[in-house]
Amino acid sequence: MKWITKLFTSSIGKKLVMSLTGIFLILFLIVHLVGNLQLLSNDGGESFNIYAKFMTSNPLIKTVSYGLYLFIVLHTIQGIVLLLQNRSAKKSRYAVKTNQNASWASRNMGPLGIIIFVFIVIHMVQFWFKMKTGALDMVEYAGQDAVNDLYTPVYEAFKNIYFVIFYVVSMLVIAFHLNHGFQSAFQSLGLNHKKYTPFIKSLGKIYSILVPLGFAIIPVWFYFFK
Amino acid sequence: MKLKLKVWRQKSANDKGYFEEHMVTANEHMSFLEMIDVLNEELISQKKDPVAFEHDCREGICGTCNMVINGRPHGPSKGTTVCQLHMRVFNDGDTIVIEPWRAKSFPIIKDLVVDRSAFDRIIQAGGYISVNTGQAPDGNAIPIEQAVAADAFDSAACIGCGACVAACPNASAMLFTSAKVNHLNSLPQGKTEATIRVQKMVAQMDLEGFGNCSNTGACEVECPKEISIANIAAMNRDYFSSMVGSEESV
Repeated sequence: MKWITKLFTSSIGKKLVMSLTGIFLILFLIVHLVGNLQLLSNDGGESFNIYAKFMTSNPLIKTVSYGLYLFIVLHTIQGIVLLLQNRSAKKSRYAVKTNQNASWASRNMGPLGIIIFVFIVIHMVQFWFKMKTGALDMVEYAGQDAVNDLYTPVYEAFKNIYFVIFYVVSMLVIAFHLNHGFQSAFQSLGLNHKKYTPFIKSLGKIYSILVPLGFAIIPVWFYFFK
Repeated sequence: MKLKLKVWRQKSANDKGYFEEHMVTANEHMSFLEMIDVLNEELISQKKDPVAFEHDCREGICGTCNMVINGRPHGPSKGTTVCQLHMRVFNDGDTIVIEPWRAKSFPIIKDLVVDRSAFDRIIQAGGYISVNTGQAPDGNAIPIEQAVAADAFDSAACIGCGACVAACPNASAMLFTSAKVNHLNSLPQGKTEATIRVQKMVAQMDLEGFGNCSNTGACEVECPKEISIANIAAMNRDYFSSMVGSEESV
């Protein structure tokens, strides 16, 4: 089994971990966005609360969510390890900085990732933790058991201008991270082909704009129109 | 044309380097190296230490002349080495900043000269093929599909100059190593050691302390031979299949 350790400690293997966990997180974001978009429906939070209940009680989704926590932590730790190793491999920097040969996002994946991790921690404490510890009020809808009222704290947060700004800026950071990360994940897996790579790159660009934009619209909509 | 040069001077590996300013008069037909020759002639006539820089063929195929010019390895022209860079791409009165390759695995020997023997050790680890000695084999004895030969040649165009490492924000040697692995792994002559070659060369690359590839693509932009990062993806594939599918191990 020595080969497994060797594979995952090699420079290419470390990137394999980043790539696989990254692709999982990319897929997760779509699921998360679909759920969040229910906040926009005009039913006082009913569909969102029922959806939140479903996501926290379905055994299959619960199992996947433990994988998600693990992958977020793994992606972060591995990313920091890579960042430190890469910094030390390039101890001295050039006097003349040029950004003509690589995108800004691709050069700053580590710092962008750390900001996103901080956002996730705040995000989890604010919403997820309350949901899990039963700190929320219960609310009943017709034909349903009582569910946690997650809508109210979300509503309150999105009525706070500072939080809305923080949220939108975080989405911008995620957009840059995804802009490079999406196609980079495929390259690290060795998936580079004249036929498919242009498609993957375009898809990545579209994804990195649409998904963060979808998330960012919600607090802005709440602040101005709800 | 009159130019102001800011050249990196460093006496030895452990010495602290600094920028030294010089005015130099060049003409636009000179290559960049000839312009430095002019500077050095002047320094020698003033009994000063000339700027140490590496050069050999001066026709763009040896990969010896390495310097970062205004923040870009081999300067601003696309697909050229420093010796093929002409002064006509600069303007009269320009300030040009000249630095050595900067990477932990390429320690500076003097001024603009760095020690690139890490690359030699990566080649020694697996960048060879086994052949019978004796008479030269018939060039057409082994049929190779044209597309395969063309791709292998594109990879083989790597001159090992190290611009990829110099351009990479992580000082990663993935473009160099992958070009060498691909060149040999895609040809019939290289198939004998193909599986173990990729493991050996990647292991040596990691051992030398190069950074990890983060797919910025800076390497392929600065590569004087315009080697594509598709080579890196191909090496990743070879590496995974070798680690997972092969019983051989380094």
